[in-house]
Formats: sequence, structure tokens, C-alpha cells
Amino acid sequence: MAWVEADRAPVAKTRQPANQENKYYVATQFQLMWWKFKKHKLALIGAAVLAVFLLISLTAEFLSPNTPYTRDADYLFGSPQIIRFIDAQGNLHLRPFIYAARGTRNPVTFRITYEEDTSQRLPVRFFVHGDPYSFWGLFSSDIHLFGLEKGTVHLMGADDLGRDVFSRVVYGTRISLSIGVIGVLLSFVLGLLLGGVSGYAGGWVDNVIQRFTEFIRSIPSLPLWMALSASLPRDLSGLQVYFAITIILGFLGWTSLARRVRSKLLSLREEDYVMAARIAGCTDSRIISRHMLPSFLSYLIVDLTVAFPNMILGETALSFIGLGLRPPIVSWGVLLQSAQNIQTIAMHPWLLTPVAFVILAVLAFSFVGDGLRDAADPYAR
Amino acid sequence: MPLPGLPSAQPYIRVVGMSKQILGRLSAMLVTLILASVVVFIIIEIPPGDYAERYAYKLAEGGTAVTEADMQALRAYFGIDRPLPERYLGWIKNIILHGDFGVSFEYRRPVMQIIGERFSLTGLLLLFTLLITYGVAIPIGIYSAVKQYSLGDYAFTILAYAGLATPNFLLALVLLYLTVTYFHASVGGLFSPQFIDTPLSWARLMDLLSHLWIPAIILGLAGTGLQMRTVRALMLDEQNKLYVTAARARGLSEPRLILKYPVRVALNPIVSTIGWELSRIISGAPIVAVVLALPDTGPLYLNALLDQDMYLAGTMLLLMTVLTILGTLLSDVLLALLDPRIRQGGKA
Repeated sequence: MAWVEADRAPVAKTRQPANQENKYYVATQFQLMWWKFKKHKLALIGAAVLAVFLLISLTAEFLSPNTPYTRDADYLFGSPQIIRFIDAQGNLHLRPFIYAARGTRNPVTFRITYEEDTSQRLPVRFFVHGDPYSFWGLFSSDIHLFGLEKGTVHLMGADDLGRDVFSRVVYGTRISLSIGVIGVLLSFVLGLLLGGVSGYAGGWVDNVIQRFTEFIRSIPSLPLWMALSASLPRDLSGLQVYFAITIILGFLGWTSLARRVRSKLLSLREEDYVMAARIAGCTDSRIISRHMLPSFLSYLIVDLTVAFPNMILGETALSFIGLGLRPPIVSWGVLLQSAQNIQTIAMHPWLLTPVAFVILAVLAFSFVGDGLRDAADPYAR
Repeated sequence: MPLPGLPSAQPYIRVVGMSKQILGRLSAMLVTLILASVVVFIIIEIPPGDYAERYAYKLAEGGTAVTEADMQALRAYFGIDRPLPERYLGWIKNIILHGDFGVSFEYRRPVMQIIGERFSLTGLLLLFTLLITYGVAIPIGIYSAVKQYSLGDYAFTILAYAGLATPNFLLALVLLYLTVTYFHASVGGLFSPQFIDTPLSWARLMDLLSHLWIPAIILGLAGTGLQMRTVRALMLDEQNKLYVTAARARGLSEPRLILKYPVRVALNPIVSTIGWELSRIISGAPIVAVVLALPDTGPLYLNALLDQDMYLAGTMLLLMTVLTILGTLLSDVLLALLDPRIRQGGKA
């Protein structure tokens, strides 16, 4: 489209600094979208948060000071340990440290409570040797980002078996986000396919698919998910349950996307350029994929972003009530299972930390979705 | 569409348009219902093994020997020895003819008996949640739009986003924590201890209402946030249109003007999505009820699922679906009543 730019550029020069205007006219659609997205500050923050989450789930083994299954028998239900720079005497230390924990047993309730032993400073070091792990099955190592020379640090406390909550949340991030990704991809493919067929074929095919979509929408989603995952066989392995849950979430999440695709296709069907392509002898699939799809791809990306929180929340809710993923697998919902009863929450509130992660992820996705929605049509004001 | 210059045709077209629409909706609803019942029945049937096996297992654990013949007798008793389509038709026939949704395996009682009072609690909770959602969202949404960019508008915007992003069962969890640690009381349950087992009375009803608002707020928070934002956006679109300016120019008082002109138009999309809102609330209700230990159908549903007491669970899923569909129908009818364009066939 060189001739368009050649035509417009001189006019633009008279109005604005040439450089900027030229950039605007030669920019690709995605550049335009990025420029518009950048203006949405909350969306940028959301994107940054998501990037951090991505990094966490990619490097969980390295980032967490322990494996999610390591038990610290000396710190059952231990509270979060605070990383300090200033000790009890008011001296500044350049190397961060924590105080060693001293457990005392309540003679009446037999509950062990932990106190900081201010006489014993344990420096926190970076790149320490700890639990051995296999990084994505690629290579083995035992180096962790941070930890103690000896013993373990519990940034977010420990659970009933003395397992480090921070490490478990980090590993859970990987599982929870990956469920979101796979579920969204699955519903993306389904939505594209069914919506595409519906919108392009029209007629009775459209009618049948529409009724079907409406039907799925009219069943309350969470109870349906609950029922479906309750009917999974009990003897599945953890990994099988993981895939089954993902498929359940993905198979019911495509309806809004299918609607969007259909309505877009219906309106685009009458456009001149589609007619032109048809006269030029393009096949149907080529017209859909090369001519129609690119014109509303950005809207689909928005819908995908918005679909993420639903998937993550679905998984969290299912696992939380015991119908989703099961314990050897660690996800945010599985972690929250232990926070179900009121005594636990009252006495060990740090078991609620996954809640913060869930809310943060949902907020980040909705802000990014908002920003993308504004950016989806870069030509709008 | 009515021809120009033929005003006498108007009422006729109006009635035909509306009843035709409702008829269309009703038939679509029927199809959805049939599909839903099939799906529910399939879900009832998916779990591997049948109840006779598990029941026999339970008996065997208790020391009673169970033979293969006993198993067959059990299957005949529960009616699970017949082929699938036959059982489906039998199930449907009993529902339609006798209002009988089958027998709960676990309780050995008709499903409807078990759901009975609990379902009315759930219904009350849903109604209450809807009332709170719209009762709060519409006025605040209008205020936010009329006083755009005011301090109040910003405050409500932040609140709305926070409400939208907080998953309701997690909110319930955090609320439980806060009330237990700081107020030494629990927000769980729907009745004060002295009312739990008493028969229905005025005092008991009042006690129920005084407990109901907490789960209702938790359930409705996300919806309230969303509707608030929607009302605000719609009002912003409407309030600068020329007909509003014209009305203002004629000297209408501001409150009357706002309520009679832009609000009426802006409320249409709100009304038309009541069905979705209801669906969202129904969807979240069971799990919130589980967290807050409400004595309604939520925990019952979860336990039925965990025990694979499938007729009980299936019936409840079906009831939730029916409620959703009815909600959608209701919002369609309401919309037709509110909006003359829709009433006349939706072409305007």
C-alpha cells in the first residue's frame, strides 16, 4: 500500500512534525494498537503483573526456596517470617536476615506457637543450595534464588505439615495459570469453529448452533462444572484429573466467543471486499481465514483475555470445594482447600495468601482486557 | 411494520407482535428445557458403577453379606436395571405426571421432599440478592453519570471494580476471617441459634431477613459492580442527546427530567439482562452457601455431588436451569412492556 502513504504524507507534513505523522501512517495495525494500549495506565500495570506471574510460573523451581512437598517438622503451622535489615538492638545489617524460630508449647491447648529468637540471626543468601529439583525436566540443579545456609525460610508461613506456603503458591501459580491458558485455547478453537460455521453458513445450521449455544448459556456454569467434575471416575491419576478439569472448563467456555465470531461474520458477509474475494474465486475457508478473520482478530483477543479470569476462578472454585484438582497437584484452589474451616482461618490466616494471588490475577486480566478493548479498534477516536 | 397513514392497524400489530414474540420465546424455552433434562440425565448416569454396587459395598463393610442376586434385587428396587432411554422417559414421565423427580439414594426419600424448604430459602436468597443488586446499582449508576468525574463518581468506580474482581466465595472466606478475628462472631448460617429448629413464625422470618443480607451482598457484589458501570455508561450515552436538551429547554425540573427521559431509555438494556444476572447469581450461589454454611440447597447440592447421589444433584441442577430460563423469559417480557419498539416487533 505504498501509494497510500505517498499520497498522504505530504499533507500531513504541513500539519504536524513530519516524523510523527509519517510514523502514524506507515504503522501496522498492531503498532497502532500498542500505541493506544500504552495510554491505558491500569492496563500497563496489569500487563506488568501478568508478566511477573508468567515469570513466576516459568521459573517456579528456581524461585521457590523449597519444593512444595518439603516438610519442615520444626515449623508446623509456623507464621510468616519477616525479612529484616535492622536487628532488635537497632543495628543496620546490609545482608537481610530472619530470626530463628523458637517453638513453645501451650501447656493447656498443646498448640505450638513460634516466637522469634532475637539472639539468633540467620542471614538470607541468594543463589543458595537447597532442595534438588529438575528444571522443566531439562537439567537438574539445587540452586534456589534465595534461602538460608541451613534450614528454611518461610516468607508466607507454613501449613499443617510444615510445608512452605510461599513455595506452594509459586508452584500453584504455574498450575492455575496453565489451566487458564489451555482452557482458553480450547474454548478459542471451539468458539472460532462453531461461531465461524454458524455465521458463514447461516440457515438451519446457524439456527441449530445458536439454539445449542443458548442452551449451554442457560445452564448455570459453576454448578454444571461441579456436576461434571463430580462425575469423573474416582481412580484417575492427578495428571488425568488435571486434563479432565481443563477440558471441562474449556468445553463450556466457548459460547460468548462463538456469538462474537458469528455476529462479526454476519455483518462482514455483506462487505464489498468479501464479495470481491468471492468473485475472484477464493474458497470459503480462504475467505474466512484470510479476509474476514483479520478484520476482527483484535476483538477476539479481547474476548480471550476476558475469558481467562473465568477459567482461573472456575478451577479455584472447583478445587476449593474438593471437586477439582486433588492434593498431590498444587494449585491456588487446592491450597485454599485447607482454609475451608473457620478455625484454620482464625488461627492461621496466612493460609489465605493464595486469595491475594487469585484476586491480583483476576484484576490484572480485567485491566489488560479493558486496555485491549480500547485498543482493539485503533482507528476509533 | 405498520404502513404509514394506517394508525388503526397499530393496536393489532402491537398485540400480535408481542404475543408472537412471547410464543417464540416459549417454544425456544421448551427446546432448551428438553435439552437440559437430557444433559442432566446424562450427568446423572455418567459416574461409573451404579448405586446398587456402592450400597452393597456399604452393607458388606458393615458385615452383611451381599450376593449377586441381592444386587439384582437392589437394582430392580432402584430401577437401574432398565436400559438408559427407558429410564430417561420414565424419569420425565414421573416428573410431568406426578411431579416426582426420583428418589435420593442417600436419604431414601423422594428428591422433592428433601429439597423442599431448603429451596424456598435459596429462592428467597436469590430474590434478595437481585433486589439489593439493582436497588444499589441503578441509583448509584445514575448518580455517577449525572455527576461524572465528581469525587463520588471516582469512589464508586473504584468500588465497582473491586467488587467485580473479587471472586464471591473468596470474599466470603475473607469476611469470615475478619468477623471471627475482630468481631468474635460468625457471619455463617441464616438463623440465630434459638431459631434454628423452630417452626416458621414472624419472629423467625425477621431473624432470617436480618441474616440474609450478608450472603446477599456477597453474592450480588460482582453483579452490582457490573450493573453500576453499565447504568453509568448508558446514562452517559443518553443524557447528552438532543431530546434531553429539548426537554430541559422546555423547563422541566432536573430530577423529573432525568428520571423521565434518559433513565427510561438507559434502563432497557439493564432490564433485558436481568436473566443473565440471575444466571450469574444462581451460578455462584451454591459455593458461597457452602463457605458460609447456609442451610439452603448449596451444601445439599455439593454433598449430593460428592456422594454421587445423582437424582438429587441432577434435580437441583435442573431446577437451577429452569430458574435461569424463567429469568430470561421474565426479562424479555419486561423489556417488551418497557420498550414500545420491541413490543412492535423489534425492527425500529
